[in-house]
Amino acid sequence: MSAILDVSGLTVDFVTAGGTLRAVNDLSFSIREGETVAIVGESGSGKSTAALSIMRLIPDPPGRLTAGRIMFDGEDLATTSEAALRGVRGQRIGMIFQDPMMALNPVYTVERQIGEVLRLHRGLSRREMQTEVVELLRLVGVPAPVERAKQFPHNLSGGMRQRVMIAMALACRPKLLIADEPTTALDVTVQAQVLALINDLKQRLGMAMLLITHDLGVVAETANRVIVMYAGRKVEEGSTTDIFDDPLHPYARGLLKAARWESQGGEDLWEIPGTVPSPLDLPPGCAFAPRCAEVVPRCRQEKPQLGKAAGREVRCFVAQEGRR
Amino acid sequence: MTAAPTVLSVIDLVKHYPVRGLPWATKRAVHAVDGVSLSLRRGETLAIVGESGCGKSTLARNLLRLEEPTDGKILLDGQDITHLKARAMRPLRRRIQIVFQDPYASLNPRWSVGATLGMALRLHSIGTRADRRQRVVALLEQVGLSANHAASYPHELSGGQRQRVAIARALAVEPEIVVCDEPVSALDVSIQAQVINLLRRLQREFSLTYVFISHDLALVSRISDRIAVMYLGQIVEFAQTRDLTRQIMHPYSQALFAAAPVADPRAASVRRRLLSGDVPSPIDPPAGCRFHTRCPFVRERCRADAPALREVEDRLVRCHFAGEPDFPLPVAAGASAGVGA
Repeated sequence: MSAILDVSGLTVDFVTAGGTLRAVNDLSFSIREGETVAIVGESGSGKSTAALSIMRLIPDPPGRLTAGRIMFDGEDLATTSEAALRGVRGQRIGMIFQDPMMALNPVYTVERQIGEVLRLHRGLSRREMQTEVVELLRLVGVPAPVERAKQFPHNLSGGMRQRVMIAMALACRPKLLIADEPTTALDVTVQAQVLALINDLKQRLGMAMLLITHDLGVVAETANRVIVMYAGRKVEEGSTTDIFDDPLHPYARGLLKAARWESQGGEDLWEIPGTVPSPLDLPPGCAFAPRCAEVVPRCRQEKPQLGKAAGREVRCFVAQEGRR
Repeated sequence: MTAAPTVLSVIDLVKHYPVRGLPWATKRAVHAVDGVSLSLRRGETLAIVGESGCGKSTLARNLLRLEEPTDGKILLDGQDITHLKARAMRPLRRRIQIVFQDPYASLNPRWSVGATLGMALRLHSIGTRADRRQRVVALLEQVGLSANHAASYPHELSGGQRQRVAIARALAVEPEIVVCDEPVSALDVSIQAQVINLLRRLQREFSLTYVFISHDLALVSRISDRIAVMYLGQIVEFAQTRDLTRQIMHPYSQALFAAAPVADPRAASVRRRLLSGDVPSPIDPPAGCRFHTRCPFVRERCRADAPALREVEDRLVRCHFAGEPDFPLPVAAGASAGVGA
């Protein structure tokens, strides 16, 4: 299957008082039709910046798309005009965010918010719009959709709001859905419902999805392929089963053990020592070297490149040499 | 079972928040905590789990008398502290401390770390000025920070470091009991285990008793001795952690355990039974069993008749049918039947 999104060399800088920091550094990946790719990382890894810059939603200044191509449907979103982007955003690429209360307009009814998308992008009449809104709400499993359409965001629970946002994102049947921490703000039982809904809709509508999350449990349930980011760079990419069964990068391995609350031997749980380095003061060699248990002298001097190891891409000298 | 002595107990604790409405409207209240009883044993980690709105944080705040309970009793070493005046309460506050979820909100942004920790000591008139300065350094080292951090301000620290400061502040007055209200859920995955390990090391070192409030069942089943599961202001299941991880008796606990995503794609491919709907409003909790609106095993009796928290085998359960053979049905079996495996 062909790639519907092909990102290469994506580099995003932010100009701050302390200097220019590179939030995303030379990131390349592609998403095939119907595929779900997850970008996992912790705060400061650049995962959300990467997702936002695909839709060119990074405010400039302070942000700047310094380099890279973002090929979507034969068009380079990195260089295309704002006017052309409006035909992509919300129409061919849908997006859902972490906090639906922030993303929904509190003074508009559900019908008006979803309806706006339908009128702008699909040119529906008022009557057609109303029918379609109810249809969309039904699609995302909102009970009593006719009544709900007339309500305001504050009348809805967190799970219902997230469903409304999904309905909005799907209004134009996009080919690609970008979901930035879609269930992080929700309680576990509601999170499970929303994840099941997203998975089901993806299959029914044949959408591809780019999922941004820090939650490895969510990745395991949703993604076909995983990209692990650390300090702005991709450190490993592979199929979900490969990465969860046998992560090659020491950071990916540590993250998985920490997420599973594995024991470190004795009473202690597995931890990754230290903290993420400041993007303004990255170590000279591998960015993970100061926290890595498998560090060799070379890691502190040279920056590792992405290389093949066990059929996967990994940015680690030790893993690339196949000894660990 | 050789139970350690009880240090803190709560008897039928109730906390209602009045809902403001028009003067002639019927008076309504948020039933945040509705009749919770539990006793905390010296040296244990008691976990309280549930989703938002279940009353776990309200319970925590009432334990410390940060809020006035509407009804019920709180006993510290047998002494009734439910209605103690602030002045009488103050010396007792040294014995129970709290660590909040968000260290950015719980630390004063305009105070240096040293000032924050020093204030905890000064409020309780501990030591001379010079003593206190030394003690601040010792505290920082105990939580894995260095003496230099005393001069730092919260915004200069990472989330993990800030939470360490909040822990140091709680420990400053040498408490016996520390209530940890979601202490790691605002932190990054790689930092969470560091903070948990720190809390556990401190517990061993200073024989602390923990009340650990969390929504993360995988975590609490690793670190707690007993678990109380709460739903809409009430305890629905209360058991030793090893018993609960072996067998779950309340349908809500089961759903809560099953809903938590597991970092394993193979486990994820087994379809889980999902709870439908959201947690109902605690303003008018459902009649009968509070869980009946979402329970996959609901029967006629549940709609009318509120179950009591009763002893079934090794635990307490609030369900009419817990303890019956094959109840609740194991998740995997029920789910695979649905898929036709």
